[in-house]
Amino acid sequence: MASDLLSESAARIAERVRSGEVTASEVTEATLERVAAADGSIGAYLTVLPELARAHAARVDERVRGGESLPLAGVPLAVKDNMCLEGTRTTCGSKILEHWVAPYTATAVARMIEAGAVPIGKANCDEFAMGSSCENSALGVTRNPYDLTRVPGGSSGGSAAAVAAYEAAIGLGSDTGGSIREPAAFCNLVGFKPTYGRISRYGLIAFASSLDQIGPLTRTVEDSALAYDAMAGFDPMDATSIDRSVEVAASGLRDDLRGLRIGIVRDFETKALGEDLDAIYQAAYRDLEKLGAELVDVSLPTAEYGVATYYLIAPAECSSNLARFDGVRYGLRVDGDDVRAMYERTRAAGFGPEVKRRILIGTHALSSGYYDAYYVRAQKARTLIGRDFENAFEQCDLIACPAGSCAAFEFGAKSDPYSMYLMDYYTIPMSLAGLPALSVPCGWSTPPGGSTPMPIGLQLCAPLFEERLLLGAAHAYETATRA
Amino acid sequence: MKTEYEAVIGIECHVELRTNTKMFCGCRNEFGGEPNTLVCPVCLGMPGALPVPNRRAIEHMVAAGLAFGSAIPAFSKFDRKNYFYPDMPKDYQISQYDMPLCEGGTVRYWLDDGTMRECRLTRIHLEEDTGKSTHAGSDDGRIAGSSYSLVDFNRAGVPLMECVSEPDLRTSQEAVGYLESLRRTLLALGVSDVKMEEGSLRCDANVSIRPVGASEFGTKTEIKNMNSFRSVERAIESEIARQTEIVSSGGRIVQETRGWDEVNGTTHSMRSKEEAHDYRYFPDPDLVPLEISSDDVERLRGTLPELPWQRFERYATEYGLATKQATQLIDNPSLGAYFDRVVAESSNPHQSSNFVLGDLSRLANETGVPVAESKVAPEHLAELVGLVESKRVNSKIAKELLGRMWDGAGSPAAIVEREGLAQTSDPAAIERFVDDAIAAHPEVAAEYRAGKTNVLGFLVGQIMKASRGKADPALVNELVRKKLC
Repeated sequence: MASDLLSESAARIAERVRSGEVTASEVTEATLERVAAADGSIGAYLTVLPELARAHAARVDERVRGGESLPLAGVPLAVKDNMCLEGTRTTCGSKILEHWVAPYTATAVARMIEAGAVPIGKANCDEFAMGSSCENSALGVTRNPYDLTRVPGGSSGGSAAAVAAYEAAIGLGSDTGGSIREPAAFCNLVGFKPTYGRISRYGLIAFASSLDQIGPLTRTVEDSALAYDAMAGFDPMDATSIDRSVEVAASGLRDDLRGLRIGIVRDFETKALGEDLDAIYQAAYRDLEKLGAELVDVSLPTAEYGVATYYLIAPAECSSNLARFDGVRYGLRVDGDDVRAMYERTRAAGFGPEVKRRILIGTHALSSGYYDAYYVRAQKARTLIGRDFENAFEQCDLIACPAGSCAAFEFGAKSDPYSMYLMDYYTIPMSLAGLPALSVPCGWSTPPGGSTPMPIGLQLCAPLFEERLLLGAAHAYETATRA
Repeated sequence: MKTEYEAVIGIECHVELRTNTKMFCGCRNEFGGEPNTLVCPVCLGMPGALPVPNRRAIEHMVAAGLAFGSAIPAFSKFDRKNYFYPDMPKDYQISQYDMPLCEGGTVRYWLDDGTMRECRLTRIHLEEDTGKSTHAGSDDGRIAGSSYSLVDFNRAGVPLMECVSEPDLRTSQEAVGYLESLRRTLLALGVSDVKMEEGSLRCDANVSIRPVGASEFGTKTEIKNMNSFRSVERAIESEIARQTEIVSSGGRIVQETRGWDEVNGTTHSMRSKEEAHDYRYFPDPDLVPLEISSDDVERLRGTLPELPWQRFERYATEYGLATKQATQLIDNPSLGAYFDRVVAESSNPHQSSNFVLGDLSRLANETGVPVAESKVAPEHLAELVGLVESKRVNSKIAKELLGRMWDGAGSPAAIVEREGLAQTSDPAAIERFVDDAIAAHPEVAAEYRAGKTNVLGFLVGQIMKASRGKADPALVNELVRKKLC
């Protein structure tokens, strides 16, 4: 029964816990057993929290017995390790926070727990969410459950691997330039990044504040909708969270796409991705059409500047956001003869190479004499990219495009930073525009030189605040295409 | 011929705003407290914590800007000022760079001789305060030689107003006059305690000199570590003297930051301009731009009290009070408010201020009860002013009445009525007292007639005594002289 239970969707698990058919404690025990058995080879979690999970499960059972109807009753949750959960080690995959215990809980995590989810552990990620493969974690290796020689994607790779390996039903991720959507695509999951500001960032350890957005990684669209419904909405602790009513997404799931115009981005021609991927995406677009959508040809002429723009804005913000890791108040401290030496030694020892690279790029981009040429121009480009989407959405209701340019690759395959940065070519423009976007499984492809077929993701993107429409459409596609 | 120099001075002030909570979190904004007790994840810069602006602090800023006549732009924003410092939790300070809440403005102030002056403001912007470091393990508490440092973050995140003046000041007295007016205004607005000793007002002075008549500025130095208005005055004077000596002997001023040494009465070099930081300002992505609606501005404009320099002009120009008296009333808000109520009833500012700042303040000092909290109601004091003005009572009786009012006797007019204390100005009645006195002391009358006119006082005293103080002393004098000549 245990493994049956764990392979269920979060929606179904919650339903069974609510009905009293199983208890949250039973689900939690089964999950902890699964983690004990599987995580040695997967490496999804940096910290497993058996006691905390049991305590939360017991509380959920009590609430269920008390008559509360919890939308996520007993759902095992993997929390990306850049989100604070009071009393737990929260590392960001970095040596500088390796032993830091969060003194408070992130709003999004608190809302998931309030909805009945049970935190199982803190999931691995690229250091400070900077990366696309999870290989930049300083604290552990996470493997793709579909092929252990391959990466799970990143930066939310631990959350993705946990859900794909049934070590959790929902994974919380954060997406700055694709960090939810790309690992979801690599691990055959739905990965959903809501509109910027829809879910509070309070307690999410910042990488790039103007881009970071929390979202779920799940095995079904419905589960993403449930998680979104639990987390979305204004938070007085986050000045950038949006004070605007949230339409319930779980009730907007649909089975067809009739009446919808879906934009296919001319500038994202898929032939360059190879015959295999081209065929998968063309088939996906035809499936959308079969479901009743009208396909529309749209253009995002400035989207090609997305990666360049992103790699100025995100590092600029990160150079400032990560300044606080200085050894003075918390985290790693390496002493020196004076405070400056302490700063230098602490940061030299505490940050990995990719984090250092981005801090340097960002510091340079903000420096006197370069600010206008780099930071200000990047902001202008960002505005133009946003306008491209606005124009495109005058002709369509949703946009469909690839979630990534390849399937999960082998460890070490993208060793130069630039080829790694290009992994986010299709996801960065939506992040810069703050738009809601998701990745949904759309096929399997055996990578060149590989022997196992690996999952491929289709990206769907909606105008600002149209999460309900986006999830609804993704549900129709998922229902029609999932075998 | 010896060149004469004039100083050019600009002042930068940091003022902690009085709010219930800190600038970006819910911690209480209070002075003192055990170290690191008024802190939370936000003001400690914990990973993942986010700032949320304090609306009250922004309103205080707008009120201050309106008081000084600054422009209040419809849009403003917060920027990050990036530099590493152990008492700054995030290693950046949330501040305002190119879009401050208040642009321009003018501080009007007055000097001891009552002259009104003006100093223009460049801008007023809002930022967060830092924590406080204490260096331990050395003899003098300085960082050099210390073996470790302690940081108290209670102050970290307290809303801080930075007010930058134009270089319009020419003397140390003007600098102090400016600061006093700034302090009085912020107090009147209720936006800050403005206490230099508690650090809620801190200021730096930019000082340069140039030949009198020159239009270009000389090289300036920035003076820090001044902890009272008196030390501002002394530091500026010392720095002007130092610069004048250097320039007069053919030397050049180095642009640098100099610290004021209270004990030695001199400034010393702290750091030169070459060590200046690149603060890498950029808009804080954790905060959305501030929109200040014209409705908000007008609402706040409507709450502005009469400003100190407006009161000064009313007291000094309209009422004709001396500078010292006017200043005294402005600097004691409850006394000033009391005075205004008395004047509103009595319409005699001069006599009212004599009572309020004279006998009444003396009684307050003697008893420790502030005037405004005493049993002397302003309308009763106004009544007394009226009794004196109309000569119904003389000053001696008035003083007596005030003493009884202080003890709770109530309306002086009622006492006068009840006890028949009204001054006697009836010549026939007074003449009787005069005749009686001359008749009772014929030898004194003789002495007066013999030219010893200083005995007049004795006779007048006898007459006042006989009238129980009610006789009009001027009339008494006049009649005695007439009778004896």
